[in-house]
Amino acid sequence: MNRLLLIPLILFLGLAAVLMVQLRSGRDPHEIPSPFINKPAPAFRLKQLQDPTRTFATEEMRGKVWLLNFWGTWCPACREEHPLLVQFAKTGAVPIYGVDYKYGADDKDERASAIQFLGEEGNPYTVTVYDPESRLSIDYGVYGAPETFLIDRDGIIRYKQIGPITEEVWKKEILPRVEKLKR
Amino acid sequence: MLTVIAQALGAKGAPEGSQSQTTGPCSPRDTWHESSRALYALAPGHLTQRLRRSAILAFIALYFFSLFFSPVIKAKEAQPNEDPQIEQRMKALTQQVRCLVCQNETLADSRAELAEDLRKQIREQMKAGKSDQEILAFLTQRYGDFVLYNPPVKVTTYLLWFGPFGLLIGGTVVLYLFLKHRRELIKDKPLTADEHKRAENILRGEMG
Repeated sequence: MNRLLLIPLILFLGLAAVLMVQLRSGRDPHEIPSPFINKPAPAFRLKQLQDPTRTFATEEMRGKVWLLNFWGTWCPACREEHPLLVQFAKTGAVPIYGVDYKYGADDKDERASAIQFLGEEGNPYTVTVYDPESRLSIDYGVYGAPETFLIDRDGIIRYKQIGPITEEVWKKEILPRVEKLKR
Repeated sequence: MLTVIAQALGAKGAPEGSQSQTTGPCSPRDTWHESSRALYALAPGHLTQRLRRSAILAFIALYFFSLFFSPVIKAKEAQPNEDPQIEQRMKALTQQVRCLVCQNETLADSRAELAEDLRKQIREQMKAGKSDQEILAFLTQRYGDFVLYNPPVKVTTYLLWFGPFGLLIGGTVVLYLFLKHRRELIKDKPLTADEHKRAENILRGEMG
């Protein structure tokens, strides 16, 4: 009978262990895992940022492995991420495509700011599109910029980075997956 | 909000500006702590005790006063010619949904820009005749189940929904069995003839 009384203690220690692991893991509890992992990326066709007479569509990317980065000039973390993106794009490991958006339908201003920003700070994107009224960002479940999706040859989302891509994330999460997906 | 007033009036020693920057449009969670620090910064030591106390009371009154009026300030979205039925549905639906930026607020209350855009889209969908179910599905498809305040009853959430009842029932059963066993353990065994005689002798000895 005495040994049975240890069961609540064991359960408690188990619970404490689980909570401790999560606390120490350093993961941001505000992060929301994307429901799109291993699901098809929502298809779109949008006007390009610098040249609105041309469009870009997801179907053009079939057969390629690519990154889709959601950003805006209003977002300080995006500005932080930007120089690293320029650097990563130069390595040519994986093409980066951009979606510029801004909540609150401030379209004209954001478009102009974005074109200026890319001109001044460098352009890591093969193509950037403009997302009017943030509809595409909502369709991708973006809730805070910057967010980046890694999309494979069949248009399936394989990884989502919430927040800026750092050197570590690039080396540990993105490059290995790109290698695997390219095989 | 009080910290903003305190800082504007030139109080030194107000809480770090960087903290209020990150909360941005989200309602502060630790509001009392921040405000009381700001208040003490605002009523400097050379003022008499009484003056300081009434200054603090005045600010507390102002704080609650502004809280009372804040719903009016927030309600700038609904235009006067909006369909009241849709607005009612909106209120009911968006109060069941979590804002993803300010995760301690409902989509109805949040002032975050993503929340405004989402509310706009939800209104459009309601006008287009989508049902509440369809709109909730639209949201969970993009943001996952976390966006709902009522987690759905799925196999993965059985533990969440039924766990507490399971523990309660399990605990009650264990308690019952334990008590039953204990009752047997403490049941009196009748004395043997020997023990009876010894007991009588002891008692007679004590009384004698």
